[in-house]
Amino acid sequence: MGLLDYFASSRPKGGNATLAKERLQILVAHDRVARDKPSYLPQLQQEILAVIRKYVEVDMDAVSVTYEQEESHEVLELNIILPESASTSGA
Amino acid sequence: MARIIVITSGKGGVGKTTTAAALSMGLAQRGKRTVVIDFDVGLRNLDLIMGCERRVVYDFINVINGEANLNQALIRDKRCDSLYVLPASQTRDKDALSKEGVERVLGDLSDNYDFIVCDSPAGIEHGANMAMYFADDAIVVTNPEVSSVRDSDRMLGILSSRSKRAEESLEPIREYLLLTRYDPMRVANGEMLSVDDVQEILSLKLLGVVPESKAVLNASNAGIPVILDRESDAGQAYGDMVSRYLGDDVPHRFLHPEKKGLLSRIFKG
Repeated sequence: MGLLDYFASSRPKGGNATLAKERLQILVAHDRVARDKPSYLPQLQQEILAVIRKYVEVDMDAVSVTYEQEESHEVLELNIILPESASTSGA
Repeated sequence: MARIIVITSGKGGVGKTTTAAALSMGLAQRGKRTVVIDFDVGLRNLDLIMGCERRVVYDFINVINGEANLNQALIRDKRCDSLYVLPASQTRDKDALSKEGVERVLGDLSDNYDFIVCDSPAGIEHGANMAMYFADDAIVVTNPEVSSVRDSDRMLGILSSRSKRAEESLEPIREYLLLTRYDPMRVANGEMLSVDDVQEILSLKLLGVVPESKAVLNASNAGIPVILDRESDAGQAYGDMVSRYLGDDVPHRFLHPEKKGLLSRIFKG
């Protein structure tokens, strides 16, 4: 490190560690959300949809499955949007 | 009843074996009866780092399969009487590491030792799972680098869901962060994640920070755990780590670049 570098070193630092930190924070948050869900969730969603479709014509995206973990219990929420004509189609 | 410590990371090459060797030697030097086990079946290296590679006759898998007893397979360290090494098998299929077999060997060791240090292989495959499954404590070795931090976080998820303590709803594994290959100068220049950055992301109790050091390669070249190199920064950092693990309140060192005088800054080439 020479004389000029000594004075230069008081300038703002040029590294990109903050970029690394920001990327990691987003990535890790994303990983953690995925981690806490049971691995059977996508398959569960598929099978529920298949059962419903035996009776009612619904879209692939008409069933949403959300999973939340709270202090002492887990909440599995199924939300199925039936088309308006569903009640008349009969089983 | 021995305490079981797993040295883990997810990512390879971050310093797990170096840490396992240093920790086990440090504990043994403090009079703790310690055994260090290499779980990296097929790619054993702990024996090399410990400098006992020419004394390996039987290994962990031989003991699991009943082809040798524990006393035949354990290698007593020549520098420290209370330290033993249980090497991994170099040739066998890693599926030979059965959960029942590992449990039996750990159970047998537990009566005669204070600490069992499990050196995990990289990855999240069978060997890594077996190394962490029975652990009481986990030391997560992490480099200040994005892929290592991410893999450590992944490993923390596995420790809290797939270990024996998690499966049986016992008190969770105590998890510690060990940051290795830390370059204070690059951190000061904003080029490297700082210890605070990594802790903010992983939220773990910090057990130590080991600086990037030439002493680590020198030690592995010679088969001497780096903690025995008391002159070196890395050796001292590992010494502090062992004291902290045993409950001493030791301030962290090597976090900031060495302060240089004005003259040395100007004239250093």
